[in-house]
Amino acid sequence: MLAVGLGHYLAVAAILFSLGVFGIFLNRKNVIVILMSIELLLLAVNINLVAFSAHLGDLTGQIFVMFILTVAAAEAAIGLAIVVVYFRNRGSIAVEDISMMKG
Amino acid sequence: MIATLAFYAFASVLVASAAMVVTSRNPVHAVLFLILAFFNAAGLFLLAGAEFLAMILVIVYVGAVAVLFLFVVMMLDVNFSEMRSGFVRYLPIGGAVGLVLLAELLMVGAVWSVSPSAPRLIAVPVPGGVTNTEALGRVLYTDYIYLFQAAGIVLLVAMIGAIVLTLRDRPGTKRQDIARQIDRSRRETLDMVNVEVGQGMVVPPKHEPAKQPEHANGNGHHGGGHH
Repeated sequence: MLAVGLGHYLAVAAILFSLGVFGIFLNRKNVIVILMSIELLLLAVNINLVAFSAHLGDLTGQIFVMFILTVAAAEAAIGLAIVVVYFRNRGSIAVEDISMMKG
Repeated sequence: MIATLAFYAFASVLVASAAMVVTSRNPVHAVLFLILAFFNAAGLFLLAGAEFLAMILVIVYVGAVAVLFLFVVMMLDVNFSEMRSGFVRYLPIGGAVGLVLLAELLMVGAVWSVSPSAPRLIAVPVPGGVTNTEALGRVLYTDYIYLFQAAGIVLLVAMIGAIVLTLRDRPGTKRQDIARQIDRSRRETLDMVNVEVGQGMVVPPKHEPAKQPEHANGNGHHGGGHH
């Protein structure tokens, strides 16, 4: 059971999620900070799932968090690899330069 | 009481460091604040009783993902200050979207309640008497074994994909070719020459069919005199 109410956890997760979305809008030129903002969004979702799991006494939420962690790690690795390859080809990682699929 | 205090400490540091991640001027500082945010989220997980996930968060996120970000930020030679040129321009729209989203989420959270029939729908009740790690393992390796294997395949594909994307063989670099080194025989590297007294060194013909053997011989005669 939760030491503090479920609402507190949900509020923290909501603030974190909003900060992640805010970060995506704020750093529209920098791909790396956008990827970090996506990590913040996933962290907020994980906090939500863990809070519900503890509140309801159901382990499924924690299992889901584990799979979300897996996908987030894979996404970060692939995303950063694409950023590195893009930087090698163009010498820039500005988002507005990324308008062609052609290398 | 202590748990409540710890919750507020973790939550406030988490939100503050998340705000620093999205607003900090230097991306290296952003990554370091991201690490701080992950640590505090792990603290929140601990307070909620999910010890295994808290440790996984520290190991996977702080140990792997954040360090990966740090590597990439330091490896790319990008002028990050120039990328912030639109910062002030995007601040109003970003702030508006973030505030609207936050208000919506809080409104949803305020009027929301658990249905009284929800406890009947619990798929995996938390077992008593075992640790969180053991309980998770019992569920993960039985009911969710196929998803667990699929997660492993996702990670494998991501690993291979990242390697294939970033691997490049640069021409002109010198690498050690161990097979060729071991394969070298004495015949192609070493020649025993009988040097006649008073004649000097005579360059023997090469093992590859020499282009002009008589020239090589003559060269050898003269060369021996010069050296």
